[in-house]
Amino acid sequence: MSGKAAGSVLLAALLAVPFVVQSEFWLSFWLLVLMFAFLGQSWNVLGGYGGQFSFGHALFFGGGAFGTAILQVRHGINAYLAGAIAITLTAMVGALLGYLVFRYRLRGAYFALVTLAFAEVARVLIASFEYTGGGFGMLVPLARGAANFQFDDRRIFYLIAWTLVAGGCLIALWLENSRFGAQLIAVRENEDGAQALGVDPVRTKVLAIALSAAMAATVGVFYVQNFLFVDSQIAFGPGMSIEALLVAIIGGVGTAFGPLIGAVVLHALGELAKQITGNAPGLNLVLYGLLLIAALRFLPSGFVSAFGRRPKASPGAVDA
Amino acid sequence: MLGGLLVPAVINGLALGAIYALTALGLTLIYGVLHIINFAHGSLLMLALYAALFLYTLGGVDPYVAILVLMPAFFAAGYVLQRLVIQPAWHGRDENVLLVTLGLAIVIDNLALWLWTSTTRSIDSRYAFEVVDLGVAFIPIAKLVGFFGALAFGALLWALMTFTDLGKAIRAVAREREGARLVGVRVEHIYAMTFGIGTAMVAAAACLLLPTFYVTPQVGYAFVLVAFTTVVLGGMGSFPGALFAGLLLGVVEALCGLYLGESLGQIGIFVVFILMVLFRPTGLFGARA
Repeated sequence: MSGKAAGSVLLAALLAVPFVVQSEFWLSFWLLVLMFAFLGQSWNVLGGYGGQFSFGHALFFGGGAFGTAILQVRHGINAYLAGAIAITLTAMVGALLGYLVFRYRLRGAYFALVTLAFAEVARVLIASFEYTGGGFGMLVPLARGAANFQFDDRRIFYLIAWTLVAGGCLIALWLENSRFGAQLIAVRENEDGAQALGVDPVRTKVLAIALSAAMAATVGVFYVQNFLFVDSQIAFGPGMSIEALLVAIIGGVGTAFGPLIGAVVLHALGELAKQITGNAPGLNLVLYGLLLIAALRFLPSGFVSAFGRRPKASPGAVDA
Repeated sequence: MLGGLLVPAVINGLALGAIYALTALGLTLIYGVLHIINFAHGSLLMLALYAALFLYTLGGVDPYVAILVLMPAFFAAGYVLQRLVIQPAWHGRDENVLLVTLGLAIVIDNLALWLWTSTTRSIDSRYAFEVVDLGVAFIPIAKLVGFFGALAFGALLWALMTFTDLGKAIRAVAREREGARLVGVRVEHIYAMTFGIGTAMVAAAACLLLPTFYVTPQVGYAFVLVAFTTVVLGGMGSFPGALFAGLLLGVVEALCGLYLGESLGQIGIFVVFILMVLFRPTGLFGARA
């Protein structure tokens, strides 16, 4: 069975969860898995297909989360509009950041560290001003109803998250089969070569980071609607950045279903560890770290590659 | 008038900056030779801080004496980590190393969180409150020791690199890996030695830092960013650059803390980092790549 077939089956199976699972706990668990799968897909668009490893994807998640929270709480804007504005603004921030960084052809470790530094600056700044909730965070007032993008029934949130994940996989498949995706992969494999063939590397990467930022911001918006709370540590802290790259890398970088498989594997194991160790703080992250190390050593193409056929867009498969 | 506060702030900044420099020396050495960014560098510092703390609280060993134990121990740990964990994950791709050291950082930080909780700890050594009058300001003796100790270890590292066969081999590998291999240098061994030496520098920095600082499992994360900033600012792989940049950043942090408030102190460092990477990615002293 190829990685794509396995991923599709998994995705289809996950659609059944809200109709089968009765426990509130497990529904929330799978909801979270889907959210991280989509966050990982957003990382994958830039990191997997674009080859730009971000260590600060929390910046974009937090941009969406705080953007929509601030607009709703401080300015009384409707949840849908606030979310749309937050996503658009974050995409613009991503494009601007990308332009600044890619203009100087910074990549590899430089790019990773700059994104991390930006996320840290955002975290400290957000925690410093009353307007952005300060150290306490932002609480979106409870007002159940579809008009406010707040649903009593968590299953509706679940179905929205599932739709997002399915959409994310479609975006990835589109990248694998479209002109833009081919250009992006070409830039990843050989920037000079791609440029010689007429691809504008800066423009290509800026578009990729804008798309990636918009996707991550969407998760942030969704997170706020679901939990009605966010603070600077959750939104911009290193945990979210690590989560984003971890699910993509463990699942399979640059593959359409890698982030989904990674999110399921990672959180299933994390939850198992929690059940066994009795929820010791930090221990599930220790496990994630060990998994990352082991995956890089033994499965450098991710869990997807465990399903036989080498994924089409894996590094080295495309010669630019 | 802030003038009365300015001089002590600058002196305190220099004292902390020397520790930044020493930490960054280890990082820049590793980068210069292996061309990898060790993301776990700060976590190893945190681990060394805890080691020094427990040697003091449980064994009564003075942190300055603990250097003699911890440097060899961390050298060995660094050697083994490079050989058994980092090298096998390389697969010829530098991103893998960045990620595997990130994995190490996650493991170390969260193990520390699990074992020792997020409680902030510090030692109250007998010289914690002893100060020296420098004429313009009073400064705790421990900070003075930290400052000169860091410079001394920097000098020691420089001497090691300049005058010994090991130093020569390390420089040869840094300059021309395959050439060094051809004349009989065991490159993988030198890689691990370099990683070990860089990690030993972290142990020294931790022992010098502990008497005037605190330790939490999160402290490594804060330090790793500062160390990267120092390395980038000084120019990747440059020793004098790392030294100068470390001192500069210590002062920047102290001044930002003074004028913007304690919590915003480190913002100055991140802003310096971002500006640096965007406008002069080769650093102040680095050569154009």
